[in-house]
Parts: sequence; structure tokens; C-alpha cells
Amino acid sequence: MSLALPRRVARRSRVQVLVAAVVRESFFYAAVVFFVVIAAFPFYWMLITAFKQNSDLYNLASIPFWFSEAPTLEHIRYLFEQTLFARWLLNSAVIGVCVTAITLVTALPAGYSLARMTGRSGEALGIGVFMTYLVPPTLLFLPLSRVITILGLQDSMWSLVLVYPTFTIPFCTWLMMGFFKSVPREIEEAAIVDGCSILGAFIKMVLPVSVPGILTIVIFTFTLTLQEFVYALTFISSSAQKTITLGVATDLVRGDIYFWGELMAGALIASVPVAIAYNLFLDRFIAGITGGAVK
Amino acid sequence: MVALAEKAVRQKTSRFQFILDRPTVLGPLFVSPAILYVFALVGLPFLLAIYYSVSAYTIYSQSYRFVGLRNFIDIVQNPIFLQTLVNTFIFTFGSQIIGLILGKFGALLLLRPFPGRKLVRGLIILPWAVPVALATVAWQWMFDSLYSVINWTLIAMGLLTRADAPNWLGNPHLAMLCVIIINGWRFFPFAIVIFLAGITAIPQDVLDAATVDGAGFWRRNYQIILPMIAPIVVVGLVFGIVFTFTDLSIVYLLTNGGPVNATSVLGFEGFQVGIVSGDVAHGAAISLFMLPVLFVLTIVMLRAIRRQEI
Amino acid sequence: MAAISTRDITKEFGGVAAVNGISLSVPDGEFMVLLGPSGCGKTTFLRIIAGLEKQTGGDVIIGGDVVNDIPPRARGIAMMFQSYGLYPHYKVRDNIAFPLRTQRVPRAEIEKKVDWASQLLGIDHLLDRRPRQLSGGERQRVALARALVREPTVLLLDEPLSNLDAKLRASARNEIKQFQQRVGTTTVYVTHDQVEAMGMGDRIAVIDHGRIRQVGSPAAIYDDPADRFVATFVGTPPMNLLACNGGHLGFRPENLLPRDMIEESEVTEFSFHVERAEYLGSERIVYGRVDGFESTQEITAKLPPAHVAQESIRPGEAHDFAVRNSALCHFDEHGNRVRRH
Repeated sequence: MSLALPRRVARRSRVQVLVAAVVRESFFYAAVVFFVVIAAFPFYWMLITAFKQNSDLYNLASIPFWFSEAPTLEHIRYLFEQTLFARWLLNSAVIGVCVTAITLVTALPAGYSLARMTGRSGEALGIGVFMTYLVPPTLLFLPLSRVITILGLQDSMWSLVLVYPTFTIPFCTWLMMGFFKSVPREIEEAAIVDGCSILGAFIKMVLPVSVPGILTIVIFTFTLTLQEFVYALTFISSSAQKTITLGVATDLVRGDIYFWGELMAGALIASVPVAIAYNLFLDRFIAGITGGAVK
Repeated sequence: MVALAEKAVRQKTSRFQFILDRPTVLGPLFVSPAILYVFALVGLPFLLAIYYSVSAYTIYSQSYRFVGLRNFIDIVQNPIFLQTLVNTFIFTFGSQIIGLILGKFGALLLLRPFPGRKLVRGLIILPWAVPVALATVAWQWMFDSLYSVINWTLIAMGLLTRADAPNWLGNPHLAMLCVIIINGWRFFPFAIVIFLAGITAIPQDVLDAATVDGAGFWRRNYQIILPMIAPIVVVGLVFGIVFTFTDLSIVYLLTNGGPVNATSVLGFEGFQVGIVSGDVAHGAAISLFMLPVLFVLTIVMLRAIRRQEI
Repeated sequence: MAAISTRDITKEFGGVAAVNGISLSVPDGEFMVLLGPSGCGKTTFLRIIAGLEKQTGGDVIIGGDVVNDIPPRARGIAMMFQSYGLYPHYKVRDNIAFPLRTQRVPRAEIEKKVDWASQLLGIDHLLDRRPRQLSGGERQRVALARALVREPTVLLLDEPLSNLDAKLRASARNEIKQFQQRVGTTTVYVTHDQVEAMGMGDRIAVIDHGRIRQVGSPAAIYDDPADRFVATFVGTPPMNLLACNGGHLGFRPENLLPRDMIEESEVTEFSFHVERAEYLGSERIVYGRVDGFESTQEITAKLPPAHVAQESIRPGEAHDFAVRNSALCHFDEHGNRVRRH
């Protein structure tokens, strides 16, 4: 095998190296800008539309990317005064809190049990529980709608409080399983030797040390409930019981006329908290997913 | 050398005195609420769906009369259904491809730190973070027949005249394209996150060794990085496919299945037939067509997870 | 203070026996070391005594009571873990107080005991710090204080020195040993480091593949090994073994000396061909081969520096070496020690 000798590298002038670097960097930043634009433009559009006056909005002659007339808060005012938007916000908040509570109470012990107490069969069970996350709402919504009707919860937001944990529990159990596994066993064992029962060690030692993980699933559960659409659409028809996502997407239409200003304002308000939450917790959330999937 | 054991008194402990200290008791106890919940509200309804699909149950005539495979035969013979099935595959395939490609390159861009990376990352995550229904409504406005900003831009750039401006949601082929674009757009941040997680998990020494061994950018990419991140990419892909294949929100809000069933997908059709029209039996049967694909995907997912444990 | 005794403890994991029938007796107040290579089952055995693992068979007896079905917290034991297991979200004071809190000891008494334990270990100035702010040595002392504060009947330690760097290990070893002598608690200490075992134990139990090979004082283990495993596990450099008549002939490197250094007449002589030498400051290790035996194993001899032979024993030379017969160990074909008189 012959040795591959390095080709004689041509001596480039300072200027050539500089130009090459500038070209490379500008391609890089151009690509970044490209991605940001495709990702964020619809939201920019949402933002602009929410604050544009109707006369500006529906004027084909004006440039749509900026305001031709002064921005206005009338859409937002309309949302809060003339629609049930505030009620939807309240509904979603209540649902979020209740579902998060249910999820915590079931997923935390379950995650701990699968992480520490069940060995090999625990692994299999953990994966099994996680797999139920893959059973789609568009399969279950039909039988669930019958169940909801039998329980008398049709057209009530409490039907969602009952049903939403079916997808939050599997995922959160699996996430917590991963988080709990990373707690050093010695701390729990020291607590047990020092006088705690397993339950005591769980509550006094494992939970306080896992607060970041718990916070992550709280945020995640909350955002999952805010985002959900299919079950809400299936179970709820009267406006006063709608969640924020369902309400904005379906109620801000009179006949054939879309109130785009209000729609975009509503969508914006409903999206902002979720977007912020995801951003803050993204790193932790990724660690949770990959920590669980990648040993 | 065995030492003599002392005389020992067996302490009187009742069977139940320390029962909560035993992992064999506490373990199942801790996990049972979750399992019961999932069993009752996922497992049982799943069986119920199968049960409905072989009955003649509708809202109006709630009979559990067993009809065998009658519903499935009805559906398969309906041309609308076949189109729905095809649409669903096109929709899924198209949007995953877009998502993967954008995701791969986006991840490469975000790999190295640069000023403003945090902000860029926050903006790029938006399509995935924001509720699907709300993002769809925004796109709906962007595709509006009259006021579409996309059309406006194309006209302003001189590529089209107002007369030629496409009616995005009114044209069957364009409508499908819109649906694919929206779903790809929604999926690509997730793909970026998955790729980033996979690539950053590769130990630096492997990459350094490859560089020293003479691998250039593309070879490193395709022969070293891609195989090593394959398991996690597969997991992400399975997630993406499951949520796309079974989706109904985008279609419901954007086109309501139209124009003329051009964008009808399985999830949507199940909803239309089962809930809107009240024909629970046929609706259930339609939804069950998702099962074979889901089953295959589950197996793939399990294999990928297992491979990562090595 | 109580004595520990185990009867025929076995533990299986998926059909593989990690502990294969260990019966051991530790009298009140003794410092017993469990010594063995990684994976030999010593840690599992310790955890069974603690109650952190449930044995597959056999009994654990503490202070005369069979404690098989009693959880750790009711066994009256204290344990020190490899990474100390300090509670990260508690201050040092609360770490030490924790075992008393779980027993619902009144607050005033808790304070007294915490002060006593922290003064005993010289950490009373650290009471308001958190574990992450402490050095390795300080953490160890906090773990000890926590183990001590309940005045347990039994103290169990699981390789507590393995996370310390070498320099700290010697002084930490000393501290633990002195401490145990002062307080007098029955102690079981697990380690794979034979220097620790020899330096600290009143008695040592050498364990391999889940079985006890030998229990005895450090001198007994070192000078009078029961089998080949014990003989080669303890002692650095390890005992020389020569295959001989189906069994083995063993002698320690420090017993293989130039013939003219040994005064006795009852010796076995070897012609030693030196291959290489290491100068270690306090001693000199010489490696080579001897004539007349089937195997061509490398044989080591450890020479004290005071010896004139430093200059005369060089690689490439052959010398007359010998071992006192009283220092020879004979092992049969199963590896067991055969004691000849």
C-alpha cells in the first residue's frame, strides 16, 4: 500500500483565505435565516394579523408584512368581551391543573416502581406502558365517546379531565422512570438503613432530589393538555365547555365568515405560554426522552 | 473454616408487620394505579372499538348485532375509502420526508455555537411547540383564497398574475400539498431535536478518529454519523409517523377533507363517519385500518430501543 | 453492641449463585474484614446482613435474634456506602440528625447527639454546609458521624475508601480503625484491597465465588493460607507457585533469598536465573526463572535494600537462592493446602 502523500497545498494569499471564510460564514447565516423564516414566519403572520385593523387586513392593495394603518387592540378586546375566550382560558387552566394532579399521583409512584422495584419484568412493563402512548386518539375516540356518554359526561369539560391522563400517564411514567434511575441508589439505601420504609425513602429522599424531573413532567403534561384537539372536538359541542385550542379553532367563525383578526389574536394568546414553556424545558425534556431511550 | 452459629431465637414477627417494606408488595402497589387507568381507558376502549367494528351499532340504532366482516367489506368497496387510504400514505410519506431532510440539515446548522443560537433554537422549535390546531388556523389564513400572503408575495415578485394565483385550498392537488407542507413544517423541529440529540451523543473520539483516518465531511456524515444515530432517529421517525398517520386536526381545520375528499385521511374519515354521521360501526372499522401500520411501527420501535441498549 | 452470625446464606440471581453458602460468626466488638476480588459476592453478602437484599436461603442472626424478615431499619445496624450516600438536599447537621428523626427521638436529644457525633469526628465546624461543599475526607467523616449517631449495634462498611485517592486512603484507613477501637462497635468491612484488609481487620474472611476460603487473623491468612487462592490473593508481589508432583509448591518473594543470606540448614535450594530487576527504594524486586521444575513461570524474589547483593544480583546472571523449608507451602492438585510436619 503506497503512502498517500499530502498534496502540495497552494499558498493562498491572506485575502483569498479571508474571502473564503466570509463566503462560508454568509452561506451559514443565510441557511440559518432560511430555517428561522420557515419556522417562524407563520407566527409573525399571526402576530401582525392580531394587531392589524380590519380595514388594513382586508385591503389587497396594502403591503401585508407591516402595518399600513396604526396597530390596534380591538381584536383582543373583542375576544375578551364578545366571545367566550376568557371562559375557554379558565376551562383549559382547570383541566390542566386537574390532569397534572392525576398524572403526578399515578405516574410518580409508577415510574419509581418500574425504576427500582421490578427488575427485568419492570423494564418490559415500562416499555409496554410507554407503547400505549402510541395508540392514537383517532382510534380510541369512538369507543371513548360511548363511554363518556354512558358516564353522563358528554359535552362537559370533565370528560377531558377523565380522558387526558390516558396519554399523559404513559409518557410521564416512562420519563420519570428514566429520571429516577439516575438518582444514586445509595441515597435511598442510606435512608432505608437510617430508619425509613421504602415509601418514606421515596418521599423524603427521592422526590426532593428529583424536583427538576418532576417540574419537567408538570410543564409537559400541562402543555399536552393545552394542545390536545381530537378528544376535545369529539366530546364537547357547547361553546362554554370548550378548551382554548378547540374554542379558538372552531368558534371564531360565524357561518362562513372567519374573524381572522380575532382568530389570530386568540391563537397567539393560546400559543405563547406553550411556546415559552417548551423553550425553557427543552433541554431537560430531551434529556428525558433520550435518557429513557438511549441507555 | 465454618464458624459455629450461636443459639438463635426466632423473633415473633407477624406476616403483616413489615409488609410495606417489601419491594415485592410495594412495587406492584405503586404501579397499579397507572396500569389500571391505562387498562380501563385505553385497553378496554380498544377492545370495544374492535367489538363495534363487527357489529351494526349506530347512534340511531344501538344494536350489538354481530355482522362479521360486513363493515370492512362495505368500506373497502367504497371508492372514497380507497382514496382516503392512499391519501393517508401520501400525506405521511411526504411530510416525513420533508421533516427529515429539513431536520437533518437544521441539526447540522445548530450543532456549533454561534451568537444568537439560543434565540434561533427557540424560534425554530415553535412549529412543534405550538398546538397543531392553532398553527393550522394560521396556515389557513396564509392560504386564504383571497388574502393569501403567499400569493401576494409571488405576485409582487412578478412570478404570477392575480388571475393565475392558485386557490390553494380549493384545488385538490394543491390542497394535498398544503396539508403535506403543514405537517412537514410541524414535524421538522422535532426531527432537528432528535438528530441533535443523536449527534451530540456520539463520543468526540470516534469523530476525531475518523478525521485522522482521512474521512472528509460527507463520508463522516454518511458512514459514521448516520449509522450511529440510526436507533434514535428510528425512534423519532416512528413517533412522527404514528402522529402523522393518525392525525385529523390539520385536515379537519384546513380543508374538511375536501375539496371532494382529496385530502380525506383515515383519522378524519373515521371521525366523519363515526361521530358526525353517527355510524359507529363503520367508523370503528375505518379507524381499525390504522392497526396494521401501527403494529409494524411498534415492532420497529421495539427493535430500535433494544438495539440502543447494547 | 451485638454479635453477628450467619447460617449458610445463599443468594441466587437468575440461577447463578452469587453467595454460595456462607456461614460466618463475628463476635461482639470485632472488626471483621470481608476480602475478595470484584464480583465474588462479598458486597451481596454484606447487603444481606443489612437487609437490603433478601437471601435465597439461610439465616442472618444479629444479637441472638433471627432477623430474616425484619427490614433494615429495625435491625439496629448502621451502614457506610462506597459513595457515602449523603443526602444532597440536607445540610450536614440534618444528614447526621436524620437517623434520629426517623426514630422520633425528641429534638433536644437529637441536638445533643449530633453535637457529640460531630465533635467525635472533628466536623462540628461543618454542620451548616451541604455535602457538595465538602472534600472527600470530610464527606467520609460525615457519613461516619451519621452511622454512629444512633449508637448502632452493628456497623457495616461497603468499600468506603475506594473513591478516595491513594494519599488520603492511608489516613482514612487509620481514622476508621482508631475510631472503631474507641467506640467498640461490631464492624463488618468489605474491600477488595488486601492492604486495607491486612491493616484494619481483627480477622479477615477471604471470599471467592460466593464461598469463604478462609477466616483468620491477618497473620494466619498471610503465613498459613488454606488454599492457593488465599495464598496468591494476599501479598504483593503474589506468592510464587511452582508446579510440582501434580500440586504446587509455594513461597513468598520475601522468603526467596540468596543462599548465603539464610542461616538455617533446612532449606530448599534453587538455581535462580535473573531476567530483570526493579528498584523500588525500600526494596528490590528481581524477576527470573528457576531450574528443575516443569513450568517456566516467572519467579519473583524481594530483596531488602540493606543487602550487599544489590550490586551482585543482576539481570543475565544465575545465582544460588533458597527458601527455608518452614516457609514453604505445599498445595495439592485441588489447590488445597497440605500441611506436612
